[in-house]
Amino acid sequence: MATLELRGVQKSYGGNVVVHGIDMAIDKSEFVVIVGPSGCGKSTLLRMVAGLEEITGGEIVIDGRIVNGLEPKDRDIAMVFQNYALYPHMSVFDNMAYGLKIRDLPRAEIDQRVREAARILEIEALLDRRPKQLSGGQRQRVAMGRAIVRHPKVFLFDEPLSNLDAKLRVQMRLQLQKLHRRLGVTSLYVTHDQVEAMTLGHRIIVMNAGRAEQIGSPKDIYGHPATTFVAGFIGAPPMNLMKGRVSADGRSFELGGPNAIKLPAPAATMGGREVTFGVRPEHLQLGGGAFSMHVEMVESLGADHLIHGRVGEHDLIVRADPDSGCAPGLTAAVGFEPAAVHWFDPTTSQRLA
Amino acid sequence: MIERRRGFDFAAHLVLALGVLIVMFPVYVTFVASTQTAQQIEQAPMSLAPGGHLTDNYRTALFEGGSFASRAPVGRMMYVSLVTALGIAIGKIAISLISAFAIVYFRFPLRNFFFWMIFVTLMLPVEVRIAPTYAVISNLGLLNNFGGLILPLIASATATFLFRQFFLTVPDELAEAARIDGAGPMRFFFTILLPLSTTNIAAMFVIQFIYGWNQYLWPLIVTTSEDMYPIVIGIKRMIGGGDAANEWNLIMATAMLAMIPPALVVILMQRWFVKGLIETEK
Amino acid sequence: MEKRAVFRSPWLPYALVAPQLAITIIFFFWPAGQALYQSVLLQDAFGTSVQFVGLENFSALFNDEGYIASFQITAIFSILVAVSGLAVSLVLAVFADHVIKGALAYKTLLIWPYAVAPAIAGVLWLFLFSPTLGVVAHALSTVGVNWNHVLDANQSLALIVMAAVWKQISYNFIFFLAGLQAIPKSLIEAAAIDGAGPVRRFATIIFPLLSPTTFFLLVVNLVFAFFETFAIVDAVTQGGPGQATSILVYKVYHDGFKALDLGSSAAQSVILMTIVITLTVLQFRFVEKKVSY
Repeated sequence: MATLELRGVQKSYGGNVVVHGIDMAIDKSEFVVIVGPSGCGKSTLLRMVAGLEEITGGEIVIDGRIVNGLEPKDRDIAMVFQNYALYPHMSVFDNMAYGLKIRDLPRAEIDQRVREAARILEIEALLDRRPKQLSGGQRQRVAMGRAIVRHPKVFLFDEPLSNLDAKLRVQMRLQLQKLHRRLGVTSLYVTHDQVEAMTLGHRIIVMNAGRAEQIGSPKDIYGHPATTFVAGFIGAPPMNLMKGRVSADGRSFELGGPNAIKLPAPAATMGGREVTFGVRPEHLQLGGGAFSMHVEMVESLGADHLIHGRVGEHDLIVRADPDSGCAPGLTAAVGFEPAAVHWFDPTTSQRLA
Repeated sequence: MIERRRGFDFAAHLVLALGVLIVMFPVYVTFVASTQTAQQIEQAPMSLAPGGHLTDNYRTALFEGGSFASRAPVGRMMYVSLVTALGIAIGKIAISLISAFAIVYFRFPLRNFFFWMIFVTLMLPVEVRIAPTYAVISNLGLLNNFGGLILPLIASATATFLFRQFFLTVPDELAEAARIDGAGPMRFFFTILLPLSTTNIAAMFVIQFIYGWNQYLWPLIVTTSEDMYPIVIGIKRMIGGGDAANEWNLIMATAMLAMIPPALVVILMQRWFVKGLIETEK
Repeated sequence: MEKRAVFRSPWLPYALVAPQLAITIIFFFWPAGQALYQSVLLQDAFGTSVQFVGLENFSALFNDEGYIASFQITAIFSILVAVSGLAVSLVLAVFADHVIKGALAYKTLLIWPYAVAPAIAGVLWLFLFSPTLGVVAHALSTVGVNWNHVLDANQSLALIVMAAVWKQISYNFIFFLAGLQAIPKSLIEAAAIDGAGPVRRFATIIFPLLSPTTFFLLVVNLVFAFFETFAIVDAVTQGGPGQATSILVYKVYHDGFKALDLGSSAAQSVILMTIVITLTVLQFRFVEKKVSY
């Protein structure tokens, strides 16, 4: 276990800045998830920590030691790849033992470490097989086994579950959590899936276009998103965001034209301002008195209904119980609690309150 | 074809059988000739049934030489051909593997320049530069020895190309995982890249062995003494002027012997060979 | 194409390319450069008198009837070899693609001749057609054809063409077969449903889809006919009768090593180099356009 610190870490190709100064201090045994859409720079950041990419600016510090110029093998890290990267011509045992053999560990110790990892991951029966004889989930566990046996200071995960089918992904998520609780190795985990981020991370970095939009615990990120991007990215279905103006008295939010949302509690500080208004679908209730919307479509998920509606020019989603009685073509009355409102600056996208 | 007409099937087998016949006929005749005596052959037309002198002819050819025009023992010539072919095959594969590795897995100044320098050699077979290459070999003192036979022929880049194409298809993560596991470039090369390349190496071996064994023009120029003749040269030299004086049975026996090693290599490694041949030309 | 995963080392890559570079420079660039250099010189056989003559060697060649004749012979020879070689192999490949029983046996028997050296192919066919004791020559005489390639220039040409084509059948066959098998069955089936019979299917779908392979083989066969047939010519006719089968590469050898006219031989080498480079570049461009990876 070690601490991992990112100080102003930056990456550019030629004149093109791909990762803009990321700062974060990660504690021992903390599991941090870097989440963001494709192309936001999260993989690049991870690879800089691994030593697979050169760092253009800033420092990466592992356990108090600056590792910028070090080769991956000297940083005492292990990595799990999206495509598993298992050596196809070697058995599972040899795959896991490869790194240890290079470090000249005695055979007895290699044997012991590999078997122990195999036991933890429940792949003991597969030790003699070749990767092509294994299923996706088994291969991923072998990849993790290869990382575990090294007893590294930091685990790095590069979208390890993206190639698995949905059901397997849920199982593996639980496995990962159990593994972390057991081994407690400081971990940096990259994914584009916000569900993985919310369930696995002690803290989350939400990245967009090379910048860290917010760093915080899942609760913070969900409850107090710092920007409209974070607000829209975390949570499914995404938060409803609408641009408009708060009335002078702060009692309603005007959407343009005759449409307005009555605010359950006056927003005095926002009076008269142009704002972006946000409220999550799960915090909207049918039958309330804030506004009415025209129902366009109802998606049934079994346990919930997603009601897609329209107010003026804006599309909204409301999550409701299955027996709501809502149907396309009807008009629904919608309400919400005061605490469910999020205010953002319409130009800077930053949170206002 | 979708229709399973009986007639078409029959026609196909007929044509293929005919093709095989045409392809095999010269070889069959050669074989038959190698089992008869010189006199039997000279009584044209030669009978198409095998004669009874197989062991005699082959023994004579191997140890005593093929005809009055060339008394070089065929055994020696086969040896020269074998060493040359193996030398060319192994030499070319070895230098090409490491060159392709360097070009694909490293970034260094002049990399593109070196790549194009090597690529250019693809375009010019040795026949085009025989006279000056002869001068170079002569200056290096490599005339009439294995060095002279082998070295100029490992200069072309076909193997480098094939290996480069293949290395480009190996997933990046494999090298990255190895790097994180602590493997340096050469360890990666020997423990991971090479084992993955065995099919391509096998295919290249077949192609280069045959190329080396069948070389004619270059050995013709660079060897001056009979004991350094590869067998394909030896055979030609056995045919002195005027057929009557040639001992055709021995010449044909030599021809059979000359065909056997490369044919064996092709047949035994047929699958890799076909695959490699097609991959080379992409 | 770039690989993302690169190793870092200040000296290792240079050490790895060094052997091939060394061989390439010593045995390729230096001689090629020498050939270029010698082609603009006039020197005697021992190199004691050297005279720069510009492009005189080249113009002398183009004014030399013998050289022009050699060019023509080479052109005729190459086209004959390429076209007949491709035609025969294509037919065999089409049928081999079709049969199921015995496919492997046919393929093995048709592929192994790749191993036969051109020199040996020459000797084999020389033996078959030897005017005095060749089996085929004899058979021909019984039907009234007087075969003597030692005297008859056309027969001589025919003989080396046959030997060359025989040698190339395997190579062409392999590629045609692979090309045919790469054509998706669904295309052929769609055509059949549309009502096209086998001949029409071949002409309008299979052959056009085979065109990259065909073009590639055409170039390879031409290059083969230009160069690798040296052994066949030397084994069978030695350029004769007279100069009737003295193809360009044979002339380079003859002028350089027998007649010891180094300048002319070098100039001829340069011309050959140019032809090959042009053919290779053409093939590269054409194939790159039509083939998608």
